[in-house]
Amino acid sequence: MTELFNALLTQNFLQNALLGGLLASVACGIAGSYVVVKRIGYMAGGIAHAVLGGMGLAYYLGRSPLAGAIATALLAALIIGWVSLCWRKQEDTTISALWAVGMASGILFISATPGYNVDLMSYLFGNILMIPNHSLQLIFWLDLGIVLMVLLFYKPLLAICFDEEFAELRQVPVRLFTLLLLCLVALTVVILIQVVGLIMVIALLTLPAAIANHFVASLGRMMLIAMALGMLFTSGGLALSYQHDLPSGAVTVLLTGAAYLLTTVGKVLRDRWQRRQRPA
Amino acid sequence: MMQPVIVLDRVGFRYDELPVLEDICLTVRQKDFLGIVGPNGSGKSTLLKLILGLLSPQQGRIEVFGADPVDSRLRIGYVPQFATFDRNFPITVLDTVLQGRLGISPALFGYRRADREGARRALAEVDILELQQRSLTALSGGQLQRVLIARALACRPEVLILDEPTAHIDPRVEEGVFELLKRLNERMTVIVVSHDVGFITRYITRVACLNRRLVCHPATELTGKMIEELYGGPLKLVRHDTVINGHD
Repeated sequence: MTELFNALLTQNFLQNALLGGLLASVACGIAGSYVVVKRIGYMAGGIAHAVLGGMGLAYYLGRSPLAGAIATALLAALIIGWVSLCWRKQEDTTISALWAVGMASGILFISATPGYNVDLMSYLFGNILMIPNHSLQLIFWLDLGIVLMVLLFYKPLLAICFDEEFAELRQVPVRLFTLLLLCLVALTVVILIQVVGLIMVIALLTLPAAIANHFVASLGRMMLIAMALGMLFTSGGLALSYQHDLPSGAVTVLLTGAAYLLTTVGKVLRDRWQRRQRPA
Repeated sequence: MMQPVIVLDRVGFRYDELPVLEDICLTVRQKDFLGIVGPNGSGKSTLLKLILGLLSPQQGRIEVFGADPVDSRLRIGYVPQFATFDRNFPITVLDTVLQGRLGISPALFGYRRADREGARRALAEVDILELQQRSLTALSGGQLQRVLIARALACRPEVLILDEPTAHIDPRVEEGVFELLKRLNERMTVIVVSHDVGFITRYITRVACLNRRLVCHPATELTGKMIEELYGGPLKLVRHDTVINGHD
């Protein structure tokens, strides 16, 4: 343990990795809570996988893959949102198509790029140990934007998650806020891709919020607890993977999954016990 | 004669080729307590959705407060059936009722003190102020129904519209809900949709029988024969002369 702390004090890349995880947890706690309560995990998964297409194209053109990721994530969010609002029957199929086509085109672009294809694995599985300074800055600004949006529009965002029909009757622009919500999820997905990679994004996005949901009765508190849990899991995953020389993204996700399993089983047992205590 | 608040003039609505409502004429006036009854699939919920502007009619004209239903939405309080939202949503009773303040409260940032006071007044009116910090998951059917009515009251409505308010609660609680509506009717128009004909007639002033077409009666005139015609078969009319006492 002391060895780890010493490394953390001296090694710049470890400091960056820790900071990256902590910063990502902020967006993750907020967007993840919305994904869980609105049950749009499949949409978030579709956005995450479609992003590879944009990253691949940017890589092929010699541009910044991160810029490609942001643009594709937002585009995918708007397409999925639009289909779900106007053409609900086709929502499932559209997401599946975007999911697979995005990945396929990403792989083609990357394989067509001359040179050494080391980046593909880090897009897919994440490599927080390689996170550069400019990515940290980007995550910071995205965090700030997401927090600001949620503070400004807390009321309508909560209303469209809870009861869309009632929100519409209160003159809330439901379509606009649904698209805004999906864009917030898309930006969070881009942030998390750098921590755990796009294949495992969905675990880090939803599980901390799902765990928080076991314990609270308010969306705001759910977000704060999910943030704290996200920080715990990313730091814990980093520490474990560093000590045992394992891939950090995978360790982080396994840690998160284990915590989710334990708390869910714990909650089911507690509920049963309480029901037995209560007189019939 | 009281002012008309809702006017439907020869309204027709169909989903694709399936006619749901035909030639509906209805005038609801201020302080009316109107019951809309009819069997499942008779178009009751569609009629409400038209009045709320969630659907628009293919034929005829609907006016709410002399304007398009969409523009008059904020003056109506709507109580949906239970099924429209997730009961496991992490939200407290107070935060649920606060949503009735959307459209009254300023658009940006959170709810203000005036909103919370308005929401608490609505909770007090339906006698569940003590539940305000309770999680929605922990409520009984009757309590949840009252939360939904409180949310509609927090809208400061001039018309209260309820879709099957007693569908998921036991008869003893049902009685309480209708007593509450009767009290509210002293200051606002109330429209209740129900498939439960017998019960509703004890409270309302006018009943509209719906089965694709609409026939209005004063509540006292509702007879077994009318219900037979409405439901298209012989049916027992349950009389509610006796008051149901509390039983465990």
